[in-house]
Amino acid sequence: MTTLKNHGVPDAEHAVHLLRQMLRVRRLEEKCIELYSEAKIRGFLHVYIGEEAVAAGVMEALAPEDAVVATYREHGHALLRGVSAGAILAEMYGRAEGCCRGRGGSMHLFDAETRFYGGNAIVAGGLPLAVGLALADRMAGRQQVTACFFGEGAVAEGEFHESMNLAALWQLPVLFCCENNLYAMGTALGRSESQTDIALKAAGYEISAWAVDGMDVLAVEEAARRAVDAVRSGSGPHFLELRTYRFRAHSMFDPELYREKSEVVQWMERDPISLLQGAMQAAGKLPEEQWAALQADVDAEISTAVGFAENGTPEPVSELSRFVYSDRPDDGSAGGGGTAEWDTTAGKGGAAG
Amino acid sequence: MKTTYREAMRAALRDAMQRDDRVFLMGEDVGRYGGSFAVSLGLLEEFGPDRIRDTPLSESGFVGAGIGAALGGMRPVVEIMTVNFSLLALDQIINNAATLLHMSGGQFNVPIVIRMTTGAGRQLGAQHSHSLEGWYAHIPGLRILAPATLRDARGMLWTALQDPDPVLIFEHGSLYNVAGELDDGAGAVDIDKAALLRQGDGDGDRLTLITYGGTLPMVLDAADQLAGEGIGADVIDLRTLRPLDSHTIVDSVARTHRAVVVDEGWRSGSISAEIAARICEQAFFDLDAPVERVCSLEVPVPYAKHLEEAALPSVERVMAAARRAVGAGG
Repeated sequence: MTTLKNHGVPDAEHAVHLLRQMLRVRRLEEKCIELYSEAKIRGFLHVYIGEEAVAAGVMEALAPEDAVVATYREHGHALLRGVSAGAILAEMYGRAEGCCRGRGGSMHLFDAETRFYGGNAIVAGGLPLAVGLALADRMAGRQQVTACFFGEGAVAEGEFHESMNLAALWQLPVLFCCENNLYAMGTALGRSESQTDIALKAAGYEISAWAVDGMDVLAVEEAARRAVDAVRSGSGPHFLELRTYRFRAHSMFDPELYREKSEVVQWMERDPISLLQGAMQAAGKLPEEQWAALQADVDAEISTAVGFAENGTPEPVSELSRFVYSDRPDDGSAGGGGTAEWDTTAGKGGAAG
Repeated sequence: MKTTYREAMRAALRDAMQRDDRVFLMGEDVGRYGGSFAVSLGLLEEFGPDRIRDTPLSESGFVGAGIGAALGGMRPVVEIMTVNFSLLALDQIINNAATLLHMSGGQFNVPIVIRMTTGAGRQLGAQHSHSLEGWYAHIPGLRILAPATLRDARGMLWTALQDPDPVLIFEHGSLYNVAGELDDGAGAVDIDKAALLRQGDGDGDRLTLITYGGTLPMVLDAADQLAGEGIGADVIDLRTLRPLDSHTIVDSVARTHRAVVVDEGWRSGSISAEIAARICEQAFFDLDAPVERVCSLEVPVPYAKHLEEAALPSVERVMAAARRAVGAGG
């Protein structure tokens, strides 16, 4: 097995925490696949299996007041940002208890409490939002950071370039996290980019950028801490290219015609969970019983979450037309508006949700 | 007070900036250049480059940044030079601004105001002249405003900024130089209701002329001339294209029994089609004649003056449609 960069495992407690975080994402998504196969959840389902070290490492570097913008492969980001596995699964079940009351689904998880701004399913569409969130922080004089996750496929979009330029031009506090898993759906990086060195592209916008081993959670965390500290201290946007790999298919509808099985197997040898677990065990810092207990804990969390989703209430159809416009309790009409007619199904108003 | 549409817009911006520190203006050439239509002229000197923020030519980027800033607690006013350029930001306007509240189950509203010029009549050809506000009015989650009067140019912005959700303001390019009297105390106006600007009188034929934005002056002109022919025309300024105030339309048609819709947009799949459909749905048995529509011809707006004029609604075409509606020839 390829090993971790030579960090050693200086703080066993912290390393166990990282291992737990990655495992929580892994088990949640393994469960999602199972539930999908049972048709308990539908829509598109994009799992992050293999890439967990990226979200786990970066989230460690963020403070509660920071903001996170992610993609449609964001179950792990939501979970590690603090959205409960129950709220995530309930969302996929279309429950009122889901984090978006059944209106978002797998690709659109949002959570105001943890400043988790999606769940953005238009590739690169989240980048301008991150720039704007950071602009608001800058204008309001807040020392907050916005972490923006996106795949290397986003680099081909105009919104990527517009966002790089704006963030750098205005020196905004954004941490761009490019999750380079080598494939934009089925299109390999080399088949879509004339320049495949992504950090170099960011550097072209005068943004401090470097590539990181995205399978090494300790390396990711170290890089993220360094970058977040710099961003928070006013050094402008920073950019991490996190080199990682998606072990599973793009979605549940992907026969994986575009890559060799051997390539997947090769990358799986660098499974971020096995890497850390192996390093810790080799260092004698993860007794077998502790590893077993950790796995049991995580399994219990996911099992509880499934129960929560299963027992949830379907979001009532009577609420369907809510949240197209903000509730306006003043006049009691959906979308407020006196004699105005918003649509033929204009629903009830009510207290702000 | 004597003023122009442009000055009324500028006064609205200045007022909003003074009243709320969270308000800022962002867009191409809004600062040093003074705004491509000079709406923001002088505001940079007054409020500084942070709040009168020039942007690169990155419509998707800066509209998206406006949405992000709104999510982050600011009250951005984003200016896009023309509605045609807004197509470069369509992803952000439709996939983000209009959907975030719903997708997030009510957690994230987007209090952004996006202003842009719209419309033809200045020989700018097909990439600077279209009228796509009716198209935007198709989208749930957006509120669509079309100020056509000095009062609305002065008063809609502040109300739009109080709205918790995204508001798009369409300013017809031909209106900026329109001058007139405005009350010194003019301020915020409602952005929910259509306005019955003129009520036709007399014992002769009656009809309702329904329009908004850049075609309002032409329709008022037509109403004057129709009065001379003994045809009493109600004139409705829609003001807001979404939500559409059907009640004001239906109330008028119930009295006049005839309707002509004037819309600089194209006819097919348009806001004029929506209005005609609502009249049919809600006032069918009040009608004495089919609903008439005066729209732009279905061609990309051409450059040459005679071609452009031929493509657009005109007083003559409005008059002809009105006469057809009352069966007075044409």
